Amino acid sequence: MGMLARATVAAPLLAAALSLAGCNREARDLHPAPAAETGPKSVSVSDLYPGPYPAPTPSDPRAQVYDGNAFHIANGQRYYEWFNCSGCHFHGGGGIGPALMDEKWRYGGKIEQIYASIAQGRPNGMPSFKDRIPETQIWEIAAYVRSLSANADKLAVPSREDTMRGPPPLNNLDREPLKGDPAAAKAGGG
Amino acid sequence: MPRRAQLVALLVLGGGVAGCSGVQTALDPAADQAASIEVIWRTMLVVCGVMYLLVLGFLAWALWRARRPAAVDDAPLPAETAAEPALARGLTGWVALIVAGLLVLTTVSFLVDRSLAEVGPDPLKIKVTANQWWWQVEYEGDAPTDRFTTANELHLPLNRPAVIELHAADVIHSFWVPNLSGKTDLIPGRTNYMAVTPRRLGAFRGQCAEFCGFEHAKMAFDVVVDPPRTFEAWRRHQIQSASDPVTAEAVYGKQVFTSQACVMCHRIQGTDAGATVGPDLTHLASRSHIAAGALPNDTGDLQAWIADPQGVKPGTAMPRVALNSGQLNAVVDYLETLK
Amino acid sequence: MSAADASALPTALPAEEDVRLTRTWATPPGFWGWLTTVDQKQIARRYVVTGLVFFALAGLLAAAMRAQLSRPDNHLLSPDRYNQIFTMHGSTMMFLFAVPIMEGMGLYLVPLMIGARTMAFPRLNAMSYWMYLAGGIFLWTAFILNVGPDIGWFGYVPLSGPEYGIGKRADVWAQMITFTEVAAMAAAASTATSIFKMRAPGMTLARMPIFVWAMLTTAFMIMLAMPAVMLASSFLISDRLIGTHFYNYAEGGSVLLFQHLFWFFGHPEVYIIFIPGLGMVSEITQTFCRRPVFGYPAVVLSMLATGFLAFGLWVHHMFATGLPHMGDSFYTAASMTIAIPSGVQIFCWLATMWDGKPRLAPPMLWVIGFVITFVLGGLSGVMLASVPLDTQVHDTYFVVAHFHYVLIGGAVFPLLGGIYYWFPKATGRMLNEAAGKWSFWLVFLGFHTAFFPMHILGLWGMPRRVWTYPADMGWGALNLTSTIGAYILAAGVLVYVLNLIVSYRRGAPAGPNPWGASGLEWAAASPPPSYNFGLTPVVESRHPLWTGGGRLPTLTGLSLDHREVLLTTVTDARPDLRHGSPSPSIWPLLTAVAVSALFIGSIFDEWWIVWLSIPFALAVLGWFWPRKSHGKKVGAPDETPPGALA
Repeated sequence: MGMLARATVAAPLLAAALSLAGCNREARDLHPAPAAETGPKSVSVSDLYPGPYPAPTPSDPRAQVYDGNAFHIANGQRYYEWFNCSGCHFHGGGGIGPALMDEKWRYGGKIEQIYASIAQGRPNGMPSFKDRIPETQIWEIAAYVRSLSANADKLAVPSREDTMRGPPPLNNLDREPLKGDPAAAKAGGG
Repeated sequence: MPRRAQLVALLVLGGGVAGCSGVQTALDPAADQAASIEVIWRTMLVVCGVMYLLVLGFLAWALWRARRPAAVDDAPLPAETAAEPALARGLTGWVALIVAGLLVLTTVSFLVDRSLAEVGPDPLKIKVTANQWWWQVEYEGDAPTDRFTTANELHLPLNRPAVIELHAADVIHSFWVPNLSGKTDLIPGRTNYMAVTPRRLGAFRGQCAEFCGFEHAKMAFDVVVDPPRTFEAWRRHQIQSASDPVTAEAVYGKQVFTSQACVMCHRIQGTDAGATVGPDLTHLASRSHIAAGALPNDTGDLQAWIADPQGVKPGTAMPRVALNSGQLNAVVDYLETLK
Repeated sequence: MSAADASALPTALPAEEDVRLTRTWATPPGFWGWLTTVDQKQIARRYVVTGLVFFALAGLLAAAMRAQLSRPDNHLLSPDRYNQIFTMHGSTMMFLFAVPIMEGMGLYLVPLMIGARTMAFPRLNAMSYWMYLAGGIFLWTAFILNVGPDIGWFGYVPLSGPEYGIGKRADVWAQMITFTEVAAMAAAASTATSIFKMRAPGMTLARMPIFVWAMLTTAFMIMLAMPAVMLASSFLISDRLIGTHFYNYAEGGSVLLFQHLFWFFGHPEVYIIFIPGLGMVSEITQTFCRRPVFGYPAVVLSMLATGFLAFGLWVHHMFATGLPHMGDSFYTAASMTIAIPSGVQIFCWLATMWDGKPRLAPPMLWVIGFVITFVLGGLSGVMLASVPLDTQVHDTYFVVAHFHYVLIGGAVFPLLGGIYYWFPKATGRMLNEAAGKWSFWLVFLGFHTAFFPMHILGLWGMPRRVWTYPADMGWGALNLTSTIGAYILAAGVLVYVLNLIVSYRRGAPAGPNPWGASGLEWAAASPPPSYNFGLTPVVESRHPLWTGGGRLPTLTGLSLDHREVLLTTVTDARPDLRHGSPSPSIWPLLTAVAVSALFIGSIFDEWWIVWLSIPFALAVLGWFWPRKSHGKKVGAPDETPPGALA
């Protein structure tokens, strides 16, 4: 196949891929379908498994809807304040609860894992919110929390907030490698 | 002909509010402020109407005159025709007329603007905070026990001035009850005030008038002008905590309310629900609308709203909560006890 | 008058010299020529056609909005889609249609009207068009990819700011502003310079056609107003991209700062759009009434006064924001003052019709429609100037009605009349008169049916920018009327566009001066050759083709073998010097591409500004790299002594 032919095939594909990415990033799902109200099942928060092969954390298809979507992340940012996540974690820097803007994830930094941490609660003070926050909103908060450590699509995350100067604008953070994420890094830190 | 249509429309406008519901119109004032603005409107309509008719008249005359036979077939006229001096005098007169009209209008406007800035004695103080897409209403008082919070509905006593302090929690909104007064924006980081002195009993509707996002269209509120005595009774009642539910269904509803997501956002005074993210529901059943004017406050609509808020008001921050039908009925039952 | 034969023109050259001049000014053939042309008429035609395409696109969005609002509680469009649509409608109409198409008309007509070979900065014009096109394509591509702005054409913070303006949509809007404003300022600089320095000998300021005065006023308004909005949008981008605090009240910024900057531009913008329309009205009126416009000095001074006053009224868009009342009163008085120059102009046109003998050809119909519509819009504008009344009708459908009366009545009607009027000049063919009348009546009646009820809706409490409204408000019937009117209006525009397309191919041939008009543009062939005038006309009165007994004096002396233009003095238009004019070049396009890449890249990552400034710098270097050509060609005394010009 000639260069030109390849380019003519590739260009629309590339354009389509870009536009799809753009669509998902910018979509505003104002009326989410009433899915079964269940969070992701069997989320693993550890990299210790029985058997010879590590069982991978199942990737929930719904995670793709929330991860890297500007609308959901922005909603998550509001709920983060409204539901007083900032009461313990502050604006990501941590205090009473652990920091969320560093590279350490005790219970995993994938969006399903963050969802599980919020929904189930974690030892030493993190309450379970599964009865208090509807599923969609937990997903949105998880998407936002993930963006605090620069792990979300930079084009989808919000910038500074209209408040006193806080942490640097989220879209200006440098991406840091995930640690403690069994899928991304072999070392199960944290 | 559009001109005839315009005349008819002007008559309709002058005649009042035929065709319009009347609860949200600038042409049917129920307070001093709206009434004095309507004076400007009428003055404007007369002055501008006369000017417009003069222009149309001159245009019609010019076109009529074109039917006269041409002096020289198609040759252009010189710049200085015989009519020049007369036209120059006409221009001078026309400018004088415009200036006179503008002087009248500016003066009237200025005087009314002064009067809008005045507040009568002993004003009622209310603080309104606009949120995407609902209104928080706080009645202020000297003692803490005189203060209370409600949402999306104001009650005002007849003939007593009220000063409304305007804040915004997120983006710019605009507070507008056309029957009572003009609009004033609610701007983050600024405090605005507006005064109204209601002069007629009735229920009126206000609406956000500055584009504020998805549900700018469904961000309304009710304003009820009560006789002073009724207002006082309403005020005393609103200060009180919510009464405890009596029926088993309602008791269960309260349990559901305080153990589910509802409690994360709403406040019901006298219960464990104390969040201030969403509207205060302490006396929800006493209000005539829910969801910031999007639906009337009755059992069916309340159920529809809780079951699928996004279906009623796409974009609203109120989420769909996973309640089974028993829980939903119980919660609605409980909310309806919050008189 | 019927002389289709160009050689009969007073400005025509002998055939042999004409060939040489044609070769000198020709645009290279083919695609390369299309990319590199600096011919002011080609660029202007692109401006006008592109503007009409955006007008049609934005009109389709309006049709979608009217469909949504035709009945209460309609769910045809979601609020998300509706918000994008009304933002795109407003932004496209204001930034991609109204201003550019007016500048395009100016680019086409100004050199012809002042008897010049081309514009002052032809390459800048070329770049200006490419920037405008890139900005428009950028905005519409984003819209198709669901990244279309949803913040209103005014983009108020904080809704458009970093916290509430979700995703990249607001960035697209802000950067589109920068694109179009760069384009507008470039065209304005070129227009103003051309008008001051390139008028035909003898065309003193007092003999300039009124349309040229209008474009001069507009050019200066653009240069003074546009920087304010570019500042506003650049602050917004930097708030959103790198977290500055210009509009963050919690850190000492101000939400109202945006509104002040925006309306300091936004109000003059309205006049930028309709002042060229006023110029067109003047030209059409005097041609079809066979009488010079009554009160030329009054009309010109009124135009200038409007331009000055425009910068003192922006606060009347902010009467509801709670600014101090005493200050607001000043803006009430200032806003009302605009009625005086507008009233003077209306009187002068009506007096011209009254004293002349109007022939109701389609351009004249548009002028009459303009008077009926624009005056009503102006009067509702007087109402909006009053602070208390404005607080009632501000941001309601009353205002929607008002500015459509002003902008459609004051700018689109004259524009459609103007395009009809100058179409024979640009294409050499006449438009169909019956179709022209049909399109006028459909647009005129449709317009009033669509927009008059909105006045009433506003007074009845219907706010703007609502995606739906409840049934029990009683707004349904008037909204339905309005929707029907909008579709009639659309049908009229369709007839108009079909007339343009069909007549472009099959219209009756037009001579150089089919209307028997007085301006210099009618002394060029239809369509004009690339060099406009073979012999430079000399002007002895305000109406060169109506006076002097059909004789138009001309002069020679400009080089036939080099691109040369004649510069004259600013006020008296005495021949001053001959000056080179640049030849076709690819650099304007390359520069525009580099700047576009920089602008678009900058909304994704601030570092693109740094890296993409390198190709930009290279393109500009290429553009301005010193070449021997001009200095040697111009003013070589052995060929044509300067005295030959005088």
